[in-house]
Amino acid sequence: MEEKRGRSQLLPLFLTFFKIGAFTFGGGYAMIPLIQRETVESRKWITDEDVLEIIAIAESTPGPIAINSATFVGSRVAGMAGAACATLGVILPSFVIILIVAKLLDAFQHLRAVQYAFFGIRAGVLALILKAFWNMYKKCPKGLVSYCIAAGSFLLAAILKVNVLVVILCCALAGLVTSLVRAGREKK
Amino acid sequence: MIYLDLFWTFFKIGLFTFGGGYAMLPLIQAAVADHGWLSTEALLNFVAVSESTPGPFAVNIATYIGSEMGGIPGAACATLGVALPSFLIILIVARCYERFRASRIVSGVMTGLKPAVIGLIGSAILTMGSAVLFPGGFTAAVFTTLSFWVTVVIFAVVAVLAFKKVHPILLICLSAVLGIAAGYLLL
Repeated sequence: MEEKRGRSQLLPLFLTFFKIGAFTFGGGYAMIPLIQRETVESRKWITDEDVLEIIAIAESTPGPIAINSATFVGSRVAGMAGAACATLGVILPSFVIILIVAKLLDAFQHLRAVQYAFFGIRAGVLALILKAFWNMYKKCPKGLVSYCIAAGSFLLAAILKVNVLVVILCCALAGLVTSLVRAGREKK
Repeated sequence: MIYLDLFWTFFKIGLFTFGGGYAMLPLIQAAVADHGWLSTEALLNFVAVSESTPGPFAVNIATYIGSEMGGIPGAACATLGVALPSFLIILIVARCYERFRASRIVSGVMTGLKPAVIGLIGSAILTMGSAVLFPGGFTAAVFTTLSFWVTVVIFAVVAVLAFKKVHPILLICLSAVLGIAAGYLLL
């Protein structure tokens, strides 16, 4: 019975997440309000608490929030097939648009005006990335361990040129060890 | 085998980035530099394109690099690679959410990963900043060139407006206009 209801939701899942993928610029948390409106208010697939749950999960699992939430909602509504439909839906608009944009870039890149435009854009994007960096810094928990890990990962990556994946693994381990040690001390 | 290489490289990027968005930048920058897939300038150009087109940055950049390196099949392999880790992990986590959330291991790992991303993005900004400011390498002569000072001015203007919460797409348009104006009038 449940299975049947799930299967009839496959196309709506695909279409809803296609819409979410097509209408959110910038990605990341910018997608949350639209996801909330489409999946909670219009479709009633999940509740507002589920949305908070998704945000919490997305923060501590790898990958883009859009894909995390599409997979989560899809699997809640119609299992594995639902997850696949929703995820495909959220990816497809980007995929098609970027294929077209890539062709346009190749065709117009050599024009002088376009080169000047990108000369300006690179300086502007650097400022936007700096702003994003500042936002992430504000959200990051403060404290001695945090500062040490941030400084350590910067030194390893920027000065010692250690592989980024290795740096991430080391920091994950450092965080795990310090928080387990701290928990052990609190028990005593 | 370019398709397998694209898939595997983006699979690792998808598996190791927490937080989404620009948190991916350091891994992508390292990957494209290692493979010689894209220059730092081209990567920054594409960040602007991705901000101005819908969809998540990870999917956009995977599709772009994939299509540049291996056409539509390349784009499909890279995009599949970047999406697959999230997909599989969420399928598992959605089933045992309570245990995942209460897990001391998960929260411990996250206390390490959050500041790590800050340090790594700082490092990526350093690399990208030097590519933008000193495109021909760093020499004292750079400070006498007009293009250096134009870059500094555009950067400063956009930075101030970004902190005043002007929309990123508007700021990209503004920097394009400033770049074109400076290019034709000054350079």
